[in-house]
This record gives sequence, C-alpha cells and structure tokens, in this order.
Amino acid sequence: MPRKGILVHRPYERLTREQVELIHRASMQILTDPGLISFNREAVDILHSHGAAVESMAGDRQNWQVKIPEQLVLKALNTAPKTVKLGARNPDNALIMHGDEPRVYFITGSETNMWLDVDFPTYVNKADPTREIKIPEFKPRRGTVDDLCQSAHVCEHLEMVDGYIRTVNIQDRDITEDNKDINKFFASLNNNTKHFMSGLTSLKQLDNVVRMAELVAGGKKALEDNPIISFITCLVKSPLQFVDDTTATFIEVCRRGLPVAVSSSPQAGTTAPIKEAGIMAQINAEVLAGITLGQLVKPGTPVLYGSVPVRARMDTLGDSYGSVETSQYNIDCVQMARSYGLPNYSTSGVCDSKIPGQQSSIERLFSDIVVAMSGPQFLHCAFGLLDCNSVFCLLQAVLDDAHFKMIEFFLRQPRIDQPELEAMLKQIREVVATPQKLYIGHIRPLLRSGEISGIYPFEGSGEADDVFELAYERMKELLARPVDYIDRKTTARIFEEIHGILPRLNIYERGS
Amino acid sequence: MGKDIVATIKENVIQGRKTQEDVGIDESLTGTPGVMELVQQALESSISPHVIITEGLTAGMEVVGEKYSTKEYFIPDMLASAEAVGAAMDLLKPILESSNVETKGKFAIATVKGDIHDIGKNIVAILLKGAGYEVHDLGTDVPTEKVVEFVREEKPGYLGLSALLTTTMTEMGVVIKALEENKLRSSVKVLIGGAAVSEEFAQEIGADVYCVDGFAAVKVLEAFEIAKS
Repeated sequence: MPRKGILVHRPYERLTREQVELIHRASMQILTDPGLISFNREAVDILHSHGAAVESMAGDRQNWQVKIPEQLVLKALNTAPKTVKLGARNPDNALIMHGDEPRVYFITGSETNMWLDVDFPTYVNKADPTREIKIPEFKPRRGTVDDLCQSAHVCEHLEMVDGYIRTVNIQDRDITEDNKDINKFFASLNNNTKHFMSGLTSLKQLDNVVRMAELVAGGKKALEDNPIISFITCLVKSPLQFVDDTTATFIEVCRRGLPVAVSSSPQAGTTAPIKEAGIMAQINAEVLAGITLGQLVKPGTPVLYGSVPVRARMDTLGDSYGSVETSQYNIDCVQMARSYGLPNYSTSGVCDSKIPGQQSSIERLFSDIVVAMSGPQFLHCAFGLLDCNSVFCLLQAVLDDAHFKMIEFFLRQPRIDQPELEAMLKQIREVVATPQKLYIGHIRPLLRSGEISGIYPFEGSGEADDVFELAYERMKELLARPVDYIDRKTTARIFEEIHGILPRLNIYERGS
Repeated sequence: MGKDIVATIKENVIQGRKTQEDVGIDESLTGTPGVMELVQQALESSISPHVIITEGLTAGMEVVGEKYSTKEYFIPDMLASAEAVGAAMDLLKPILESSNVETKGKFAIATVKGDIHDIGKNIVAILLKGAGYEVHDLGTDVPTEKVVEFVREEKPGYLGLSALLTTTMTEMGVVIKALEENKLRSSVKVLIGGAAVSEEFAQEIGADVYCVDGFAAVKVLEAFEIAKS
C-alpha cells in the first residue's frame, strides 16, 4: 500500500476554465514566437528532427533559436504518463500520483548550502538574578555529509514527510564534484526509506547513481517497477533558455526511463513579467518545452510538471518566496498541470525569514495552507528551509511537521450525511434534557479515535513560550530512534561496485 | 472475591465507566458491569462502604488524577470518572448515613444573579461530587436571598460562586456582604471562580479563596478538610 497523502476533495482554484485556456494559448504562442534559445546542441537536434524550426544565433557561446510547434507539444502531452509512481526503499512509502486527482504529498527540499545549528544559552535577569530564561541562538555553518545523514534520519521519522529531497549541500573537504552525487544519494538512501529525489552535480555520475539504486531496489527490473529515486532538472533557465549542462542531464535521465521533474523557476519582475498573466504564460511555456523534449527523447518517460515561480523582492531584487503573489503563481501552476492531466511538482513554505520564529511561521504556514488547498500532487514544501532556501534547520523541520499535521486535519472531508445528522439530533435532544446540559460525555468516544485535532504539540506550560525547546527535545528524540539502514550485503556490494563513497558512511565497517 | 470486586471498581473508575453501557478507554469492557453495578454487587457481598470508597473509588480517582497530570487523560476523561464516582456515592449515601459514617463536607454552588453561564459551575460540581463531597447545585442567575437562605437552612461548609461576566462578578461581593449581614459568613468558606475573576478580586470582596478551575477547587477543599481534621 503506497502512502495516502491527503486527498483534497474540493481543491481551491484561482483560475476560471477560460483563463486556463487563455494561458495555454499564450504559452503555445510563446513557444513559436519568440521560441526558446537553446545552448544545448543535442536538444536542438532532437527538436529539429521532430519538426521544430531551428536557427543558429550569434553570440560568444553556440546557441540556437528553437520554435516548437503546437502539435509537437500536444503529442508530448499525449505520451507523458498521467499517473506517475515514485517508489521507495520501503514499498509502503511509495507515492502514486494521478494527474487529474488533487492529492497532496509533503516533500522536503531544496538543497541549501548552510546548516543552522541551535543552542539554548541561559540568560539571567539583571534586576532579579533568580530569574533565568533560555533563548535559542542559531548559528549557520556549511553543510556536511553528516548533516545530510541526520536530516534524512529525522525526515524518515517525521510522520508528515512523504518523500525526501536532499536538504543540504555536502561540502566536506573530501567531497569533490566527482564523488558528490554518489555520496549524497547513498547518505540519503541509507538513512531514509521514503522516495528520494535529487538533482545531479555531474552527469558523469548518473550511471553510478542509477546502479546504486538498482542494487538497493533489487535489480534493474525491480527499479523499473519501484523507482526509489527520481531526478529534478532545471533545464530551462528563465526566460526561455535551454541550459547546456542541465539539458544534457535531463536527456540522459529520460533515456534511462526514471521519473523526472521538469522544473522552471522564473522570478516575476526580473526573469519573467511581474504580472500574473505574463509569468504564468511564460512558466507554462518553459515547462511544456521541457516535457516536450523529454517525451521526444523517450516517449512515456514519467515526468512531473515542475513549478517554482517566485516574485522578486523590491528592495533587493532577490527572491521573495514569502510574498503572497508567489503562492498565487504556484496555485495557478497546479491548475495548469491538472488541466493537462500531469502530476504536479509545486512549491510552498519557502520563507524570507532567516531564522525560525514568528516571521518564518507566518510566511511558511500561509503558503503551505493555500497551496496545499489547491491539491498539488508533489508539494515541495521547504521542510526546514529558511532564508529563501539558503539555510536548512532541523528544528524548523520538526516544527513544520506539526504544521502539516494541522493542514492534514483541516483538509479532511466534512462528515455531514443523514445518519450522522440523525445521530447528532438524538444527542442534542438527550443532552438538552439533562440538568447539566453538557455534551462533554460525548467527546470521550472520539478522544482517541483521531477525530479531534490535537493540541499544538509544542505548547509551553503557563505563559511560557517553550516552542523551540520542546521542538528541540522532539528532534533529539527522533534522532535517537533507530534507522532502517540498507542491509550489510547490499552495502558491501555498493561499496565494491561504486567507488568514491566515503568509507565513514559504511555503518558496518566504521566500528561504531 | 471481595478484593476482586473492589479492584474492578477501581479499574472502572479509571476507565470512566458509570454503567455497563458506557464505553471506557478499553472498548472491550463495553457490556461488562460499570461502577454502579459493581458497587451494588460489592454491597450485596457485604463489602464495607469504607473499603469500596477508599480502595475502589478514591484509589481509582487518584490514578485518574495522575493520568491527567501527565496529559494521558483529558478533562472529559476526568469528568467521566468523577461522574461514575458521584453516582456510586449516591448509592452509598443512605448506608453511610444509617451507619453514622462521617462523610466529606457539604458544598453549595451557584452562578450569581444576572449570569446564566454554567459550564464551569457544572464541571466543578461534577468533580467535587466525584471527590466525595455532597454537592448542591443551586443553578444559574441565583438571587442573593436564595443563596443566603440555603446557607442558613442547609449549613454547607463550602459555598462556590461562579460568574463569567465582568458585569455580574460584582454580585459575588453582594452575596458575601449579605452573608455577613445575616451573621452567616463565618459558617461557610466562600470559593469564587469564573473567567472574569482573579485572586486579587477574591481578596477585594472578602472571599476565602479564588479557584482557577475545578481541579483547584478539589485541592482547596481537600486542604480545608485536612485543616479541619
């Protein structure tokens, strides 16, 4: 049985059917005029051989203008699977996404360079030295492979995390461009039995990574049936440019038939129009261009319609993921993907705030609720991420899990039917006839059934705000739980066949 | 056999099962005798009311209190157990009275004049009854004269006054003043509670104690009972 996620019965939609059609039509026009600039030769050749008009452009680097006709896009939309399975080491953690079904899976990510440590130093009141208070202090540092293991470990045990995208960039001294991919894949797969999605640092490592997944899944066919890994590629750089290296990676991933998210991340105001109609027409064109290329490489390649639109901050022109418009764009993208019947990869929860706190909670919870209500299948929900996706904090991830539990409860279908109402009428009449007129006795059968939402799990005692301390305790408790590591024999085989994985990641050999 | 029944009474108090129809925490107990049926069986087996109360009812409530303090139990659980104990005490009351066994004190409670809110008052009444007190609920919007009359006639050791509104809480002071004027104030400990009132307000109007909730009321009365003995 795969993970259930949350079925959104009446998804929130911003766009009318007519507006969806208008965006689609505008995207089709963009794909032929101006089309895309491709810096990747192979993509140009593939698209050209299937009828796209191609013209060589002047410039320092070789590039081509590619005009993709509508019929090519429609053909690709026809061959792209409408149901995508993302497998998992533990098959019970697999995710099944139907493009026409609004269902939410909460997935971590993206990759940050910085890891935020937390400590709780004690402060003493100058006026009254008997009064002490613990205040959290956050210290950023560069992420390591040990951090990635810890993050994967905690996310394994966080109930609401349905899948894992690596959260932190590993920057140890012994990590190089050539061994980064195999180490991040092994560290994540070894500490987490949920679906694992990642980008690739080096195309040269793709076959090693796929081989590792085959060994863990139980062979080539087993990986095909249970794709425990998938990839994310930002092959299109906004506005409308096929990037050379990521496009090359995308083409090779498609050839191997593994699931891949085609992601585009335009910034409204700088790399896309700031108006909603403009960024929507452009991002839709960019994603469809990628999907079209992928289906031409290998028809039937499982793809996710990936969308990471964001609005620019007006003070710095950096990303403003905390802006309200960012959530609007993401909800629109969910609707566009659903109109094509494609599973969606959408974004929420990214905040501008640099540390956990009130700003962080407000920004992330706002977008998490509204985007989840739209029913994206694969919600890349910035678990634990801060500072516009540049910092990962495990404490924040634990806090986010509690927020998602609340959202899960909120999205439940109302249970209002004739038998339920008849039971309630009986209850009302019974209670009104009693001297105390209290319904409390009827709460009890529901108390432990999951029908009543719980108290916020990090509520302090009295007036004290102990949220961070309590979440920290929870984090330590999760880290102390055992990990279902890859078995000894498979681990030995992985280390034997794939060279460059750090010996300290082999838990059977490190002697502790 | 006797010990088994008393232990089962205790377990059913913990489960909050007043009668055999009640669903406890452990659903498999549904249909088996609840506290009331078990107390009846215990009396028929000639088990003394003292043993039933101390080793069955009170011992069960102590466990419930512990479970509440560790957040394993919630208020609806506490109330279910207290209601079961209260119903059992109603069964035992005639026997206790006929055998001159001293019971816990008499507690009168009322929502003051002008105020019809009674959730808190009712919870306090259930909890205190479950703790073994003889509870007299005078109702809501109770005129001062009626409270004074009850104190004069029934001589409760404790009087609880409840008010939710800032506009009605002043009536508590009116009741206390009326008790003084009728020379009844020293005969009764006055407890006040409700969303609008506070420790400071209790001192201001001359109440004996402010109770933040029903559990505080149980603790306060226990302390008074200990001091009395």
